[in-house]
Amino acid sequence: MSGLRILVPVKRVIDYAVKPRVNRTQTGVDTNVKHSMNPFDELSIEEAVRLRERKTPVQEILAFSAGPAKSADIIRTAMAMGADRGIHVQCNEGEELEPLGVAKLLKKVVEGEKSDLVILGKQSIDDDAAQTGQMLAGLLGWSQATQASKVQIEGDSVTVVREVDGGVETLKAKLPMVITTDLRLNEPRYASLPNIMKAKKKPLEKKTLKDYGLDTAPRLKTVKVTEPPARKGGVKVDDVDGMISKLKELGAL
Amino acid sequence: MATSYRFAASLRRASLTSRAPARFQKLRPASQVRWTGNTSATSEPHQPDNKGTVKGAPAPAKAVKFTSETYPELQRNSKFTNLTQEHVDWFKNLLGSESAVIDGLSKDASADIEPFNSDWMRKYRGHAKLVVKPQSTEEVSKILKYCNENMLAVVPQGGNTGLVGGSVPVFDEIVINLAKMDKIRSFDQVSGILVADAGVILEVADNYLAEKKHIFPLDLGAKGSCQIGGNVATNAGGLRLLRYGSLHGNVLGIEAVLPDGTIVDDLSKLRKNNTGYDIKQLFIGGEGTIGIITAISILCPQRSEAVNVAYFGLESYDKAQEAFREAKKYLGEILSAFEMMDGRSQNLFKKASGKKLPLEEEHPFYCLIETSGSNTDHDSEKLQNFLEHVMESGIVSDGVLAQDQTQIGELWGCREGVPEHLGHWGGVYKYDLSIPISEMYDLVNATRERLTKAGLVGDDESHPAVDVVGYGHMGDANLHLNVPVRRYDKAVEKELEPFVYEWVQKRNGSISAEHGLGIAKKPFIGYSRNGTFLKLMKQIKDLYDPNGIMNPYKYI
Repeated sequence: MSGLRILVPVKRVIDYAVKPRVNRTQTGVDTNVKHSMNPFDELSIEEAVRLRERKTPVQEILAFSAGPAKSADIIRTAMAMGADRGIHVQCNEGEELEPLGVAKLLKKVVEGEKSDLVILGKQSIDDDAAQTGQMLAGLLGWSQATQASKVQIEGDSVTVVREVDGGVETLKAKLPMVITTDLRLNEPRYASLPNIMKAKKKPLEKKTLKDYGLDTAPRLKTVKVTEPPARKGGVKVDDVDGMISKLKELGAL
Repeated sequence: MATSYRFAASLRRASLTSRAPARFQKLRPASQVRWTGNTSATSEPHQPDNKGTVKGAPAPAKAVKFTSETYPELQRNSKFTNLTQEHVDWFKNLLGSESAVIDGLSKDASADIEPFNSDWMRKYRGHAKLVVKPQSTEEVSKILKYCNENMLAVVPQGGNTGLVGGSVPVFDEIVINLAKMDKIRSFDQVSGILVADAGVILEVADNYLAEKKHIFPLDLGAKGSCQIGGNVATNAGGLRLLRYGSLHGNVLGIEAVLPDGTIVDDLSKLRKNNTGYDIKQLFIGGEGTIGIITAISILCPQRSEAVNVAYFGLESYDKAQEAFREAKKYLGEILSAFEMMDGRSQNLFKKASGKKLPLEEEHPFYCLIETSGSNTDHDSEKLQNFLEHVMESGIVSDGVLAQDQTQIGELWGCREGVPEHLGHWGGVYKYDLSIPISEMYDLVNATRERLTKAGLVGDDESHPAVDVVGYGHMGDANLHLNVPVRRYDKAVEKELEPFVYEWVQKRNGSISAEHGLGIAKKPFIGYSRNGTFLKLMKQIKDLYDPNGIMNPYKYI
């Protein structure tokens, strides 16, 4: 085998540290805030790069993103962390994709690029759908291992340790396959300045949804987005008796 | 969202810098705390514990040695009246509510009063028997007038987070605590001018401004407990000084009460006001020696939406200076912080914290720069150009750029975590100095040489000092000279003082860049201010406070 062709899809999301606010028209959240790479996708890129560093034969790491023009920044970050090249499918406003649309798109990319391993985040922290990886594996008819906390590859055999309720589960499967990443998999590196500069010279291909000829029309309609009700302030009681009578008053006792 | 586990890291930054309030400790048997010994060094952000080290929980207020014992040369001035029941009744009558007066005269209220008597550094403790907490400027005025007429000495007190003992009494001065004056009076969205009571906590003010997309032009470690009135009275510096300048420029007006009860109402909202002497400046940094600030009006800039942070490794201090020059050239108005850490401080940080440093290889110096601006794309482009330039011209050896908010927090952690982790070995002597930027790091080398020659620095237990390190606000030529030590040692102290101060004096530096003078640096004021200056200060003091009741026994 000449080495793995790894595809790592990455998504530009509202920075995890930013508190999202619902917009005035209640159709979504205010997006005029700091964005960065979906944290789970950072783990995916890091794992792909580490596979290469661990001397697993890796022919290529391809970073892929579908999103607005600024998603290109996220692909550059991925390339600064170690991806070799990137593809950016530019989606204009109104062309937002649902997990199934993304999975279909990724299937096309996998076929076009002859990828044999897809490492993607288990979910994006904006929509929290956690469906894309599974759908992609289904569409491709490949093996899948979700929520990976450890990945080992020997020849065409892949061992993945995944976290499940109450312990871990170890899976073994043959390539090609789809792996989704979880938080304990690794600790992503910083993009170093020399690598950020090198990343500028790495190839980044621009495409549009039309190039793939897919029906990605949304099947869901967002009716309304609202903030959770504000937490009511507590009251201070003077003593234990006061607390008990208060609890009784509230019907908790 | 299941992301909280990994991302707790960035939250750490917040907790790392906020000091735990010292008030609610369980009282333990008294023992003498003598952490920084007889030096004027501080151990911030650590509070010394019972054993005099900084490893355990902060020592209870009762364990702090009385200032009058540490400084036997200080004598209570007999011109001041002793507090009587009549006085206490007068205050109770004026302030009414129970919680506004802590009376230690007619009953034993030591548990309640000690937190007001002892300072954050656990080095100073007074004998005050009365704490009053006025709620309005008028009350402050009546209190001071009464004290002035009856020759009762007073100490104004804010959040009591000072590092030089300026906010606590020495003998039986009455503590006037401003915690109850905590209202924000007004904010003008257009001009960005905030008017607030002196007792508003810095973090509360900043959060209030954040809602309105503005920022308080001051940020420091104690922001969770310090009060803005105290910040102004001590002219606090902190992390945002490079960008927004000192309080002397940002404070547009103050409301203060003079010892005779006169209310000086100068809550100006004007940026320009050339009408004679700018008297308010005397209160900024005056450390409560001529009057009590009861409210301030301050100019608050727009909060920056776009923040970027980069962290570099450099091969020498000269390169760090070069990088600073280039940063000013390339980043101009968006440069908001330029911090320098030597390799030794980063190594000790790594050892003590167990964290990985952002760069793989070791470098003799590190810098952290932060940019804040209004336009992300615009800022990124500027920053990219700067980074490319300093990399290609070999000014920096290596570096990283934060890609998200978490990484911004982690990179800042490498700077802000230094003071905390240097205490790992037992304690640390800290000096806060202003030195011309070209010679700033020479002091660290000179001090290290001196301690090495004396055989006091080494890797094993037989040496008291672990190392001599330097870091600080390079943009403000403000160096923090730190000597992390394994134990309290007179020999180390003898090598440090007055050597450090003499060294600074020779270069026309300042012996106190941010921390003030209080009582800790009273003996050393001569190193930074000459006789003429001291005379002028004394004249001002005598003019506004002829009876000398305001914060006596301190630097003036």
